[in-house]
Amino acid sequence: MTPVVYSGPMDALREPVLQASRAGISFGDRVLWSDLDLDLAPGEFVAVLGPNGAGKSTLLKAALGQQRLTAGELTVAGRPPGRGSRAVGYVPQQKSMDAATPLRARDLVGLGLDGHRWGLGRRSAADRLRVADALDAVGATGYADAPIGLLSGGEQQRVRIAQALATDPEVLLCDEPLLSLDLGHQRAVSAIIDRRRREHGTGVVFVTHEINPVLDLVDRVLYIAGGQHRLGTPAEVLTSETLSDLYGTPVDVVTVRGRLVVVGTPDSAAGPCEHHDPPKPERRSPARAAVGADR
Amino acid sequence: MNDLFSFDDYGALLGLVHNSLLAAALLGVVGGLVGVFVQMRDMQFAVHGISELSFAGAAGALLLGVNVSLGSVLGSVLAGALIGVLGIRARDRNSVIGVLMPFGLGLGVLFLALYEGRAANKFGLLTGQIVSVDTVQLGWLVSVSVVVLAGLAVIWRPLTFISADPEVAAARGLPSGLLSLMFTLLLALAVSLAVQVVGALLVLSLLVTPAAAAFRVTASPVLAPLLSAAFAVVSAVGGILLALGGTIPISPFVTTISFAIYVVCRIISARRTRRGWGSRATPAAAPVPVAVP
Repeated sequence: MTPVVYSGPMDALREPVLQASRAGISFGDRVLWSDLDLDLAPGEFVAVLGPNGAGKSTLLKAALGQQRLTAGELTVAGRPPGRGSRAVGYVPQQKSMDAATPLRARDLVGLGLDGHRWGLGRRSAADRLRVADALDAVGATGYADAPIGLLSGGEQQRVRIAQALATDPEVLLCDEPLLSLDLGHQRAVSAIIDRRRREHGTGVVFVTHEINPVLDLVDRVLYIAGGQHRLGTPAEVLTSETLSDLYGTPVDVVTVRGRLVVVGTPDSAAGPCEHHDPPKPERRSPARAAVGADR
Repeated sequence: MNDLFSFDDYGALLGLVHNSLLAAALLGVVGGLVGVFVQMRDMQFAVHGISELSFAGAAGALLLGVNVSLGSVLGSVLAGALIGVLGIRARDRNSVIGVLMPFGLGLGVLFLALYEGRAANKFGLLTGQIVSVDTVQLGWLVSVSVVVLAGLAVIWRPLTFISADPEVAAARGLPSGLLSLMFTLLLALAVSLAVQVVGALLVLSLLVTPAAAAFRVTASPVLAPLLSAAFAVVSAVGGILLALGGTIPISPFVTTISFAIYVVCRIISARRTRRGWGSRATPAAAPVPVAVP
């Protein structure tokens, strides 16, 4: 399967929504990554790949202003990574929420909009409308009033994306948003993100250990390993040659049944690094089991 | 049974305890609302730990002959501050509490052993002394309650955000350390109120049980606190009203009512879950039966 490489969004000429120049983070002598130059165009979809501990999530933390760079510069939506900018949406890893959390899907999205404001939290009519629109855009209207703790993993991730997009951000930062979702939900969630960036020009930085569900959607890949990185289209980066060079040891990128698999990386003695985990059954509370999945 | 209950002079008794009823109602509102966040932030153990140090403070005050309420507040706030500063992370928090709690309880026991006054005063600190609320104490309870309620009102929304969704809240730049500390201090004040009314050992029945019950039956962020406060008020006021007719102290009535409400809420929630709580308003397709492992 040849990865489809998009020529880039039409508004690529606008200012980059995320810009890193010679950026680096090191802890003592351990260099996580360095000399990173990245211009994320509006509407561009960049996947960040690499083994565990390579610094993928730290890149997101830097963009959120939770982690200082030790070298270089980084701007997000034209500003230094300020904490709490409405121009940045963040989708964390899927974690099951406590079944007894007293919030409905609608309330979680609302907190993304106004959760930082002091006070009791009466939401304006305009904000309630934005919440409803955001839920509608991810196809979550049907369970907008269901308790958040009773949603399935896939439903929760949709709600999380609605939450991240409610402020209409310029950049969407996603940290393994597909983790622990089954294939159907992986596709649905990726498609929502893809549509958003095409229709609204939201730049997407998508940290993942598994490229296959989004291979056809991404414009560029940032592959980080061992303090080094490679940035380019999937066709440029995801080759045996480039990755062997990056890892400094022979690595094979092979296609097995239409899936891209990276074999022989040093950190995976047992076999492939970018293997695809078999879809795990989603955690379901007894309540959800009775009502069925959203398909 | 006639020895235990007699409602002959009920009207006259009611006149004598109206201060206590007011105090109980107030405590119910404060405990029920604070309890919402105790539940969301998994701080039940902190409530217990703070109440033991509050007990030590009150016992110390009793021994020194100073204001017991003040001692209780000081003990609570000290415990709250220590827990808030040393135990930002949940794991650290529990170990800090586990270390502080026996120390506080031991101190309290020591102070009570040294105290030579009325035995009822000692017992009251552990199991409650609400009937004896006088006007001065009521003024104190009202002031502390107002502080707690006002503080909660200010931080309500961001506190909800960091409690339910800490990662995204941190990404949005919310000061989670500050908010946690502020809440822990408000919690400490609420605990010290409850210690004076239901006693150190039974604080959980007003700060934990009502919210736990409310969360069983609603996921609405508006209804949950209202129900929690209502449950706590019913438990506290109901406990006094029942105890008036008998010789048994108030605390067992408060804890029993609060527990009974919880049991009823669990039954309601279990029945609702069987019928599919959270089922979709407009299913996109016909519901697909899912195999239950």
